Amino acid sequence: MIIEIEKLHLYYTDFHALKDVNLSIPEKSITAFIGPSGCGKSTLLRTLNRMNDTIPGVRIEGRVDIQGKDIYSSDMEVEFLRKRVGMVFQQPNPFPKSIYDNVAYGPRLHGITKKAELDAIVEKSLRSASLWNEVKDVLKKSAWSLSGGQQQRLCIARALAIEPDILLMDESTSALDPISTTKIEELTRELCRNYTIVMVTHNMHQAARISDRTVFFLNGEVVEASDTQSLFSNPVDQRTEDYISGRFG
Amino acid sequence: MKAKTADRIATAVIVCVAGLIILVLAALLGYLLVRGLGHISWHFLTSAPQAIKAGGGIGPQLFNSLFLLVLTMIITIPLGIGAGIYMSEYAKDNKLTAFIRLVVEVLSSFPSIVIGLFGLLVIVNTFGFGYSLLSGALALTVFNLPMMVRLTEQSLRSVPKEQKEAGLALGLSRWKTITSVMMPVALPSIVTGSILASGRVFGEAAALLFTAGMSSPRLDFSDWNPLSPTSPLNPMRPAETLAVHIWKINSEGLAPDAPEIAAGASAVLVIMVLLFNLGARWFGRVLYRKLTASK
Repeated sequence: MIIEIEKLHLYYTDFHALKDVNLSIPEKSITAFIGPSGCGKSTLLRTLNRMNDTIPGVRIEGRVDIQGKDIYSSDMEVEFLRKRVGMVFQQPNPFPKSIYDNVAYGPRLHGITKKAELDAIVEKSLRSASLWNEVKDVLKKSAWSLSGGQQQRLCIARALAIEPDILLMDESTSALDPISTTKIEELTRELCRNYTIVMVTHNMHQAARISDRTVFFLNGEVVEASDTQSLFSNPVDQRTEDYISGRFG
Repeated sequence: MKAKTADRIATAVIVCVAGLIILVLAALLGYLLVRGLGHISWHFLTSAPQAIKAGGGIGPQLFNSLFLLVLTMIITIPLGIGAGIYMSEYAKDNKLTAFIRLVVEVLSSFPSIVIGLFGLLVIVNTFGFGYSLLSGALALTVFNLPMMVRLTEQSLRSVPKEQKEAGLALGLSRWKTITSVMMPVALPSIVTGSILASGRVFGEAAALLFTAGMSSPRLDFSDWNPLSPTSPLNPMRPAETLAVHIWKINSEGLAPDAPEIAAGASAVLVIMVLLFNLGARWFGRVLYRKLTASK
């Protein structure tokens, strides 16, 4: 288990957003978080790379271990953690720079300066994000000239360039058209051979299509977590069944 | 039909108001330029003023204005950007920062003559800097700093949250995210804003009357040693700027061609401020294109 969450509580000032979450996430697989809006799935995702640190008034109790280390202990450097745990956001957010510079950005700031080395990283990352063939001749062009789906794959390449072990995807296809969505889904399947992927999705069918394990959230609690097939065909909890059969949410 | 009539009336009123503003501006500019342009020549721009005889120029004043501007910006820009970064990225929302914001607001609406008198009492007399470029630059800093702080703060706040998060998620520290992700996005508007602020500094007279002084020593433009008293670069010498010169020559000028000199100098001043404004827009656009790699 690469991620172990134990008795995690999270509060936004007075609001109890995550209640007693206990969860284990296996390595090199896709875990999908599903649930209605405001159920805490994105909040939990953002505790895994401590993105919630930037929000004032957040308080956390409990333990989150990644690769055996408590990421909320005082000797954990958050920059180091985020190098291990990359993130792709809901809206494609490439930097206003060239395609090449977007991918080379992380490695450069983490100290790689040799041109040949950077070139290799850029090509490898873009290939992993299955974007290389589309952009190899226009690497100097602005990233903002790409389509939304390409931008999102560029953001995946940018995250992969610093060689994380875990990739968090926060509704990363919800702003994209169906064709781009399919591409990203296929890509995600590819990537899970080498990376542990945790994704939040609003789309149950997406979770059913591509994830290995699915976790269902409701009102800040984990209602049910099991492998995707049994969760969708054989839910144990009545609330899970109500949700996946479309009775609410 | 009624809504359409109301819409038409509103449009007509708004167009009239806009037209009126443009008319006033055009009339003002036209008047200044028509009166002044004829008097501008290379000789006028480069030679020293004459106290009693006709034919004086505004060379030292023009140089003083530009040099004072540079000095002011050297002091203001680092302070303003530093404070702006603090206010937008580090300061917590509490009573202290609310108070700092209030102080900045109040400071930015201070009458410049009050800043001039403050400069006289504190910088010129208490600090003993005398009537000097440095005193003037410090007074203008007081005048300009609030705008720079607010400008930087607003520019950084308007950087999309997604950009900031993208930087943080790549494992950059907060400082690195600010300097390497957010600043490039915010820089064009910061630069445009500071050039516009420069225009304001360039035309300022009241804050300088009692700080940079109303006289200029004989300058030796071949002496570039900043420590020599006749060097144009010496920051401790008094320096009458263009705006102050216009004021002085209008109120107590003895030269027979004083009105023409004032008109010419006014035209130069307006043209310079206009150039600052146009330059700011152009430079901001170029910078934005350069930093965002968009063609």
